[in-house]
This record gives sequence, C-alpha cells and structure tokens, in this order.
Amino acid sequence: MVAHAQIVPKKRHPLLAFAARWLFTTNHKEIGTLYLCLSFLLFFIAGSMAMFMRLELFEPGIQFVDPLFYNQLLTLHGLVMVFGAVMPAFVGLANWLIPMMIGAPDMALPRLNNFSFWILPFAFTLLLSSLFMEGGAPNFGWTFYAPLSTTYGPPSTDFFILGVHLMGISSIMGAINIIVTIVNLRAPGMTYMKMPMFVWTWLITAFLLIMVMPVLAGVVTMMLTDRHFGTSFFDAAGGGDPVLFQHIFWFFGHPEVYIMILPGFGIASQIIPTFARKKLFGYHSMVYATLAIAVLSFVVWGHHMFTTGMPLFAELFIMYATMLIAVPTGVKVFNWIATMWRGSMTFETPMLFAIAFVMMFTIGGFSGLMLALVPADIQYHDTYFVVAHFHYVLYPGAIFGTMGAVYYWLPKWCGHMVDERLGKLHFWCATFAVNLTFFPMHFTGLAGMPRRVPDYSLQFADFNMVSSIGAWLLGLTQILFLYIVVKTIRGGEKATAQVWEGAEGLEWTIPSPAPLHTFETPPVIAQDHGH
Amino acid sequence: MSSRAKNRHVLLLLGLAAGMFGFAFALVPLYDILCDITGINGKPALQAALHEEIEASESAIDREVTIQFLAKAARGMPWEFRPLENKMTVRPGEMNRVMFYVRNRSNHSVTGQAVPSISPGQAALYFKKIECFCFEQQELAAGGEMEIGVSFFVDVDMPAKINELTLSYTMFRVGDVEHEHLISHFEAERDDT
Ligand code: HEM
Ligand SMILES: [Cu+2]
Repeated sequence: MVAHAQIVPKKRHPLLAFAARWLFTTNHKEIGTLYLCLSFLLFFIAGSMAMFMRLELFEPGIQFVDPLFYNQLLTLHGLVMVFGAVMPAFVGLANWLIPMMIGAPDMALPRLNNFSFWILPFAFTLLLSSLFMEGGAPNFGWTFYAPLSTTYGPPSTDFFILGVHLMGISSIMGAINIIVTIVNLRAPGMTYMKMPMFVWTWLITAFLLIMVMPVLAGVVTMMLTDRHFGTSFFDAAGGGDPVLFQHIFWFFGHPEVYIMILPGFGIASQIIPTFARKKLFGYHSMVYATLAIAVLSFVVWGHHMFTTGMPLFAELFIMYATMLIAVPTGVKVFNWIATMWRGSMTFETPMLFAIAFVMMFTIGGFSGLMLALVPADIQYHDTYFVVAHFHYVLYPGAIFGTMGAVYYWLPKWCGHMVDERLGKLHFWCATFAVNLTFFPMHFTGLAGMPRRVPDYSLQFADFNMVSSIGAWLLGLTQILFLYIVVKTIRGGEKATAQVWEGAEGLEWTIPSPAPLHTFETPPVIAQDHGH
Repeated sequence: MSSRAKNRHVLLLLGLAAGMFGFAFALVPLYDILCDITGINGKPALQAALHEEIEASESAIDREVTIQFLAKAARGMPWEFRPLENKMTVRPGEMNRVMFYVRNRSNHSVTGQAVPSISPGQAALYFKKIECFCFEQQELAAGGEMEIGVSFFVDVDMPAKINELTLSYTMFRVGDVEHEHLISHFEAERDDT
C-alpha cells in the first residue's frame, strides 16, 4: 500500500549506502529516529549556550561574556530550544509511535515525511551560521519584537527569517502528514474514542500547528518587507505600529506554547496508567479538556501584552479567558492523580519522569495563573518570574515528558531494557538540578530582577549563584542521559514484546525491537480494547 | 484508505494553512480598524474635524491640558524640522494654533509629508485638528525654509484623567520609494472623506 523508496544498489561504498539509507528513507521509524537525533543534538547546542549565560550570571558584573554577545546567546538559546529541540522531538515521537499505536503500516505521506525532516538541518544551519556573520547573530530574543528585529536587527536577521520560514514549512508538512495519517490509516475498529491519548493530543497539536505556523510565517514575511521592501507594517513613523507585531506574534506564540506541551500531556497519559496498572481515569474528559485548551489558546494571546496599554475591557477578557484555561488543565492533572489513586504503582524510571511531570508542570501552571492576573503581571512582566514560569512548564513539562517517553519506549525501539539504576540516578539528579536552577528564579523575579540581562544588582547575587550551579549540574545530567541511551541501544537485558507489565496498546503487541515494517496488514482491534 | 480521500484531506489542510497565512495579513487592517474605533494606538484622524464637532465644542471649559510638541525628520530626510513652541497649556474646547519650522538642508528640492502620532493613545480620539500641514505635502527648494502650522482643539469630552499629551510628527521624504505606498494610503483615506 505504501511505497518505500529504498532502492539502494548493491555495490555501493558502505558509507555511501549508509548516507543514502538515511537521506532517502521514507520509513516512519527511521524518520522518527532522525528527528529524535537531530533534536537531541540541537538540545545540546542550545543547552551549551545556556551554560555560557549561567557562567556570566554566576556573579554580578560582566566577567566572561560581552553583553552584546550575551543577547545573541539568549536569542539562539530560545529559538533553538523551541523550534529545534522541543518541537522536532515531539514530531520524532509522533513518527515512531502514531502508526504503531493506530495499527497503520506507516505515515500516510512517507515521502513528504522525509522532506519535512531534511529541511530542518538546513534551517538550523542557516540560523546557527548567523553566529559567524558580520554584525553577529540575531540579538532580539526569541520573541523578536519589532523594531528590535526590523529597524535595529543585525544583517543576519534575514538568515533568521529564512530559517523560520523553512522550519515553518517543515512543521506544517509534518502536521498535515500526522492528521492525514490519523484520519485515514486507523486500523478497522480503532475509532476516534479508542485512540491512545498520545494520538489524540498529537491530532490536536497538529491542528494548532497548521493554524499558527502560517501566522508566524506571515509575521516574519512582514518583517522582511519592512526591512527591505519599504513597507511599514511595524514602523510607527511610517504609519505602522510595533504593537501590531506583538499581536501577530503572540497570536502564534500562545498556541505555540501549547504545541510544546500537549504531546507531553499525551505521554504522561500513556505512562501513568501503565505503572499504576489501571485504565486512564476520565479518558473522555481528557480528550475534551485537550480540545478546550486548544480552542481557548487562540483567545488569550494578550496575556503576554498586558503592559502595552490595552483597553481595560480587553485586559479583563483576556485575564478571565486565561484563568479559564486552568480549568481543563486542572481536569487533566486531577485525572492523572485519579489514575494513580489506589493503583498498584511501581516506580520505574518512565513513571518517575511522568510523576515529576505532573507535579512540576503544576507549579508552572500556578505561576502562570499568577501572571494571568493583570495587576500582578504589570509587576512581574519581563522579570525572572516569567523565566521561572516558562521553564517550569517547559523543562519538567516538555523535556521531562520527552525523556520519560524515551525511557518508556526505548526498549520497544531497540529491544533492550534500560539500566534502571542509571535511569533513576539520572532522574534524581535532573529533578534536583531543575529545581535548583529554576526555583530561585521565582524569588529573584518577585524581587524585581529583570529578564534578559547579563548583569544584575548585588541583592540578587546569592540566588543567581545557586541557579548557575544548578544549571551546570543540569548540563552534566544530559551527558549521563546520552550515555544511558547509547548504552541501552548497544546492549542490555532483552525486552519482551510487552516490555512493561502493565502496558496496553497496539505498540506493545509488536516484538521488541520493533521490526522496520509493522502492521502491513491491519491488526484486529479487540472489542474491549481501549476505553 | 483510498488515496482520493487522502489527497482531499491534504488539499483541505493546505488550504487551511494558506488561509491562516492570509489571516496574518488580514490582522493588519483589522488592527487598524479596531484602533480607529477605540483610538488606542495614538493614530490621530488624518482629516479635519467635522463641522458639527467644531460647533459642539464652541464653549471652552475650565480645565487645563498640557500639550507637548515633538518633530523629527525620518531617516534619509534632509530637513530640519522642529516645533517653535515645545509646550502649550490649553483649555478643552478652545481653538489653538501651533507653528513648526522646516528647512531643507540639501541642495535640491525635496517634498515632505508629515505623519502625526499622539500619546497617550487614548487621547487620539479627542485631539481634533481643524487644519494641519500634515493634511498635505510640503515642497521646499534647496535651502528653502518655512513655518507650517496646525490648528486644533481638545475635545471637551476628553477623560479627566488625561491632563497631558504629546503630539509628535515625523517628516518623510515623498517620492522616496520607501514611503510611496504610505502617501498613496493617505491620499486614499482623504478621498474617502
Ligand atoms: C495554566 C496555564 C498557563 C497560564 C495561566 C500561563 C500564563 C502566562 C502568562 C500570563 C504569561 C506572560 C507573562 C509575562 O510576560 O508577563 C506567560 C508566559 C509564558 N508562558 Fe505561560 N501560562 C500557562 C501555561 C504555559 C505552558 C503550558 C507553557 C509552555 C509549555 C507556557 C509557556 C510560556 C512561555 C514560553 C512564556 C514566556 C514567553 C516570553 O515572553 O518569552 N505557559 N504564561
Ligand atoms: Cu501565553
């Protein structure tokens, strides 16, 4: 049914054959692996930028990093983490897992899939090459507000724009592929309401992607024409308005933050039932809560702009709408807790990550609620409190979600169990380090330390030193993670097909390691399977 | 799966993506319309106040509003441009006039167009111009200079919490490719009214 273009002639040099295999592969599992490897590489690159920033912030004053260069590090760190680490990691998981979970032989559009992936290395090479250009890399923050990025942007801004366009094309094509796969390739009997939560959350995420990535493309296009073709979309002096930039950006930006968390919700909803040995509590409410979050995410972008002088009515509306999102989010959190309630829980590494996900994501949700209050946000906006908020939802949220997923599905992928001792060591070090790094930022933020600064006043010194130590520790734990993943791929206890005693779902009926081609003929879905 | 269904879905989704790209651009006029209605981004009306508005606010009320004037030439505009008075205290309802000075510092003739902006943005709705150099273009010969003026009043309905506002102008060079579209935009708007 699906054509695999893997015509690798016999007598090629092995290296060429290797390159051709990965360059031309249309297999969802191999493309999933490519996405995961690329995102891990970019995670290291963006992470090392953070290490340099924390080095500069270790002590007040300017010691190691030139302030102008600090701005470039900060910008690339944010951009590469968001578009290069978190998003491709989730797409990689989608590639690996969605066809196996719905009983499909592959993604619906395998060649498009290959293309979506191979755009990314070019996009990030363009973006990162700006570091070596005259005038330096983009230095205006990942939110690239006009006029910093238009009138005052360095020449490399144009490379940034092109890079964002490429990433956008890749994401949109990836999202289309995922939707078409889920809609058309479900095995007979796999109704929508039987789909695993991970598939549901990705279906909704893919719609978010298709709806907001083009808006991002639109806003960078306007920047480009403002910079070079004489328009004044964002230039007040020419009849435009820089605040308009923020509206368009955050119309993309807020749904974007949910793009970075919904698949994580899906992962937690897969892992927790397995190790609690119970069905996911409130499956239907989980689906509707995810939908509600996605719909609401389109009307709350203004909470990033409370200090831009909005009309009172708009501030009130956005404040209440933002707080409303906490309701479906709360539904999810309570459902996870209810799933664990009276379960026969065991605490293997994936479960530890999932529980930490629930707990620390909730901390981030609470600081989000504080920021949603207009009078409070006017105080907290652009302080380290915001940095604490979004790192709590993104690190223990998106990143722990992804790492939990890797620990959970890696035995399926490579056929070996993870060394639990090392996995738990990694987990506890990472959890300790995450909190050591980001928790003090709540305090420095509330005390008034602005974000995006290479230097700060003396009263913030102690907390910053703690954050820096935490950050380096966190950096070290990544090396441990890399070691564990490589070690597991190369050997270890053989995994069974089911891998985890309590695991349910189609992917656990496939032998481990999963063969390259699975479900060439659709599986039979047991009537009582699912929810 | 039929590949017809698949293709239809791909096309639908591509259409959605294209539509959202268009939507990003549609936000630009939408934003302008919203700001026009609410007057929140400090873009003042680009045409003279209506006759009725002028009549309605004949009688000045006893309240003081301070107005600051700013003027600057845009990048690439070789003019000196500054207000003759930096500050003025007026009463809402009362007619006022303020003069600006322009001089062409280049050695060829240049045409300019000024674009106004008011802050705080909310005040834009209540700042009414009766006559303004920004309604038309100015032409100055090489080295030429002149004084140009604005006649205005502050609407008596301006919320009491606003007692200070700033009127600023940026002078653009006309004929500059960069700003041609802007000028045609102004002309279109003036023709509408
Ligand atoms: C209960 C849910 C949430 C609420 C109420 C909330 C609220 C907010 C508010 C009001 C801000 C703006 C703060 C300011 O700039 O002054 C903010 C910023 C931010 N939030 Fe959330 N948030 C929530 C969940 C999330 C999630 C799930 C993510 C991502 C996974 C996220 C990522 C971010 C990011 C990245 C920023 C900072 C953007 C920037 O200025 O660079 N938030 N949030
Ligand atoms: Cu938001």
